[in-house]
Amino acid sequence: MTGNRIARVLLAFFFIALLATPFVIKRISAGREADRSKADAATALARHGFYLQEVSHSAGINFIHQSPKLDPKLDPILPEVASMGASVSIVDFDRDGWPDIYVTNSAIGSKNALYRNMHDGTFKDVAGEVGIADVNQPGTGVSTGAVWGDYDNDGYEDLFLIKWGRPELFHNDQGHGFTRVTEQAGLPPWINANTAIWFDYDGDGLLDLFVGGYYSEQIDLWHLTTTRIMPESFEYAKNGGRKYLFHNLGSGKFEELSAKVGIDSRRWALAAAAADLRGTGHPDLFVANDYGVSELYFNDGKRFHEVGEQTGVGFAPKSGMNAAFGDILNQGRYAVYVSNISEDGILIQGNNLWMPKEGTTGDATKYQNLARDFGVELGGWSFGAQFGDLNNDGTLDLYLTNGYISLDRKRSYWYDFSKVAGGNSTIIGDAKNWPAFEGRSLSGYQTKRVWLNDGAGKFVDVAQSVGATDVYDGRSVALVDLWNRGVLDVVVANQNGPLLVYKNTVAPQNEWIEFELEGTSSNRSAIGAQVTLFWNGQKQVQEVSGGSGFAAENDRRLHFGLGTNPQIENVVIRWPSGKLQTIDKPATNQLHKMKEPA
Amino acid sequence: MSQPTSVPVFPARSPGEPPRASGQRKPLFSLDNRYIAPAFITCILLAGHLSFGILESYQKTLLAIVTSIALELVLGRIFFHKWLHPASAYITGISVGILVRSPAFWPYALCSAISITSKYVLRVKGRHIWNPSNFGISVMLFLAAETVATLSIQWGNYLLPMLVIWALGSIIIWRLRRFHITGIYVASFIAFAFLRSWMTGSPWQSEIAPITGPMYQLFIFFMITDPKTTVRGRRGQCVVVFLVALFEMVLRLYQIVYAPFYALFIVGPTAMLIEIWIDSRRANAPKLAVPQ
Repeated sequence: MTGNRIARVLLAFFFIALLATPFVIKRISAGREADRSKADAATALARHGFYLQEVSHSAGINFIHQSPKLDPKLDPILPEVASMGASVSIVDFDRDGWPDIYVTNSAIGSKNALYRNMHDGTFKDVAGEVGIADVNQPGTGVSTGAVWGDYDNDGYEDLFLIKWGRPELFHNDQGHGFTRVTEQAGLPPWINANTAIWFDYDGDGLLDLFVGGYYSEQIDLWHLTTTRIMPESFEYAKNGGRKYLFHNLGSGKFEELSAKVGIDSRRWALAAAAADLRGTGHPDLFVANDYGVSELYFNDGKRFHEVGEQTGVGFAPKSGMNAAFGDILNQGRYAVYVSNISEDGILIQGNNLWMPKEGTTGDATKYQNLARDFGVELGGWSFGAQFGDLNNDGTLDLYLTNGYISLDRKRSYWYDFSKVAGGNSTIIGDAKNWPAFEGRSLSGYQTKRVWLNDGAGKFVDVAQSVGATDVYDGRSVALVDLWNRGVLDVVVANQNGPLLVYKNTVAPQNEWIEFELEGTSSNRSAIGAQVTLFWNGQKQVQEVSGGSGFAAENDRRLHFGLGTNPQIENVVIRWPSGKLQTIDKPATNQLHKMKEPA
Repeated sequence: MSQPTSVPVFPARSPGEPPRASGQRKPLFSLDNRYIAPAFITCILLAGHLSFGILESYQKTLLAIVTSIALELVLGRIFFHKWLHPASAYITGISVGILVRSPAFWPYALCSAISITSKYVLRVKGRHIWNPSNFGISVMLFLAAETVATLSIQWGNYLLPMLVIWALGSIIIWRLRRFHITGIYVASFIAFAFLRSWMTGSPWQSEIAPITGPMYQLFIFFMITDPKTTVRGRRGQCVVVFLVALFEMVLRLYQIVYAPFYALFIVGPTAMLIEIWIDSRRANAPKLAVPQ
């Protein structure tokens, strides 16, 4: 055999090896992958330290979300245009010490629900009684989300209702009812938004409100004058709704000053969250945008500075649908989780886990996307996600819901979607150019992800094993210790689907600690307060949030899992006012109610 | 094994064409032909990235280019005992870097490696029959669909960048005497788009939409015009590219997302094989005796 012949044979083997590489990689990653097997509760408890049981019916919750019907001109693609609106937020509206659940509905005439916690494992819808059910009346648009914050510091959480339509502010009358104060507050007549958060951006002790528009506020989706309402680009669109920063003037009035403080964007915002990312004492603002890059606004206490590109989070455009913070490596710094779209062979955006780069701090902070390395990259058409320690082992896990449009299982809209999404702006931007949906699915019937954190940089999906087995079109996730048991339960709002309540059972050897904070000179909701827990030679930081994830708000109380035999050194609370409070060796397995010291 | 890539990527004239008459006007550009295509595709990449940031990361594109060139040099050295000009491999690498979309790094290297190696392995009568990047990308879409997609939505979906690419690309392709390939394909695509619209009831704009996106610019200017993997002769090229558009139309009726890649993947080599077979028959045909 000549040398050239041998070389050709070797080359053929090399070529075959190249072709086989994807199979090999698939096999290797399958070995590392998640526990996809369904397991009974005892097995899940032994294997993963917890299991989830869907208990909505037995808890008295029978809520089914309804999507809106919009202008008939949108009928051919209605499933896509009307694909959001299901949301869940947690609030103890009556201050009885038991968290309640508020959920939105999105059909004209449909009712939102406020599930009062009855302390016995059940809930009762009292939204009608307290006046926040019938909020989707004709001519006012429909609900797409809700965030709670005590804007007047009277001790009771007030409600800002996010809508495609007339946004609403409801004052909480000491837990007995709600008074609509939209006009007095000075809110605009119409916003098509999916996200809003409460935060005290200027540290004056009064909660301010950020609202991120999605469709342009000029559009009334029920009375269209044009069908040119769609994004001008799938990844570079800047023709969405405007952003609002409502500064709280303290007299029940707000002034809008987004442009004045440096927030001027018409990207299609879907999720926002705020946290002090640089240790400045001021909450920075992260906005995940659909059809484009994310935006990160550093806050100097007076103005915001958009640093998305500078920090690395605003470089590659995707379809941002979630913003959640979590100190996933117990190092005292937040990662940011942004969900996007992944569909095999068609669109692999991958979700983003933005981790602060080592050695970068303060204004020079830079982020790198480590979603692939950490194993939290692929989650289908991902929507809401939240960090929380689901098994109380001392590390934050990640619950992700997903699934876009589940109609006919056998017919997909992906071909038509990709065809138009790749087209020129004059084509993609006009709804009449989009092929009719005709009952097809688009990334429907997807399985959820419950990623368990091993604390060393790897997450493993155990959703099927621990009982998160639904395949509804998930939108919004909230984590909350619903029954004051020291575990995080999961509430999921599904588009055109039921509100799911996953009751969590955790291995009893893992301990926990919870904090309920109340501001005095800071805003009374204590939104923005940071709690750093030092135990067993490590630390974890969490921050009280006024809204995070996708159209969601977690329980205001902060929950820390501690693992077995924890030795807590101390807990440091940094209040939004800047005051520091240290608690030495607090007792475990209990809720600590903390008031800001004078 | 005959040398796969040492000739210019876009020859100044196709084999069989008559030589340019003396006194003919000078070419529009004086740049060596083999640099034109790499320069053009680099301009597309830079313009796309600087204006819209089309690249998810420089490193991934760089990985695709480096893998492509390195493998070409190594294989060229082994099989032809010389260092091959890297222009062709550069185009393959940069095409992979732009067209492949994956959050992982390995698909970029693997796609480039498969593309380049295919030129040395899949050969008939000394000619490679698949456009390298078309082969590599199609294979990746078949075998690694859970990790790989292709560029289909980047570059802003705006008209102005497209007009610039169309104008510049047309001039260059015209100069390289391959405009008829691009022209026939575009005309066929548009005609078939209207036909599909009529058949399926979809808005005609949605059927036209794909060709207004950036993926198609790489496809129509670089893949279907590749001189190494197109048949000789202007008429044959026109027929083949029409058939590519026709086959793509059929695939689109079956809602195949990557119809153009797969159409070229199937029609291109088939045409090459037929041409090779015809050449072979001609070469083996007994010469007629000349009557005395």
